[in-house]
Amino acid sequence: MELTRRKALMLGAGVTALAFMPFTPASAAVEDAIAEFTGGADAGEGDITLITPEIAENGNTVPVSVDAPGAVSIAIFAAGNPNPDVVTFNFGPLAASHSASTRMRLAGTQDVIAIAKMPDGSFIRAANQVKVTIGGCGG
Amino acid sequence: MAKGVKPRVKVPKSASAGDTITIKTLISHKMESGQRKDGDGNPIPRSIINRFTCEFNGQSVIDINLDAAISTNPYFEFEAKVPEAGEFKFTWYDDDGSVYEEIKSIAVN
Repeated sequence: MELTRRKALMLGAGVTALAFMPFTPASAAVEDAIAEFTGGADAGEGDITLITPEIAENGNTVPVSVDAPGAVSIAIFAAGNPNPDVVTFNFGPLAASHSASTRMRLAGTQDVIAIAKMPDGSFIRAANQVKVTIGGCGG
Repeated sequence: MAKGVKPRVKVPKSASAGDTITIKTLISHKMESGQRKDGDGNPIPRSIINRFTCEFNGQSVIDINLDAAISTNPYFEFEAKVPEAGEFKFTWYDDDGSVYEEIKSIAVN
């Protein structure tokens, strides 16, 4: 078989598609989890701050803080975990600030996504990548 | 799992009316995620605290839904308004149906 430029390009495209395949199930799971929270609505940019460490040595306890002034509730998702749901904060009338901190488990290096629901029913999101040295899902 | 669960809460003893205070809570709980396997390769069933609420004199401050990705000994930090003297009531709901409660009163000066 003669390897023409066209064939080489097609081969390259196929290899690239294969390389991305393993990530598809994980990202589909996180998209499903997010859709469950937002009801399928698109999340835009807005005044939401997600604080995570750039590098987490231990995936078992990764500190995370979110702050979204005025939000009704904030949900956090870990895109690379077997179960992407992490936590949902629902703020009551006596919450002084719409922020909270906790510690979570991350299976490996991945994106952490925070989505806030605003009083008008819109959603805003923020995402950070966290590099994890030792995963926190046991084995 | 009802053994060895001990809630710890940090609330200031007093505040001015209308003040904002920071509350820190921690409860000792192993938070078994359901992802781990025992020595024979059988999955260990999930056993976590799935909900935490904080109320002040019956009004909600925060209501948190926890999933398996929350670390062992779940820790939360948040801010609350103190309109008057009263009691903060903290409640943790376990997967096994247990409910753990802690009450802290705060004075207004």
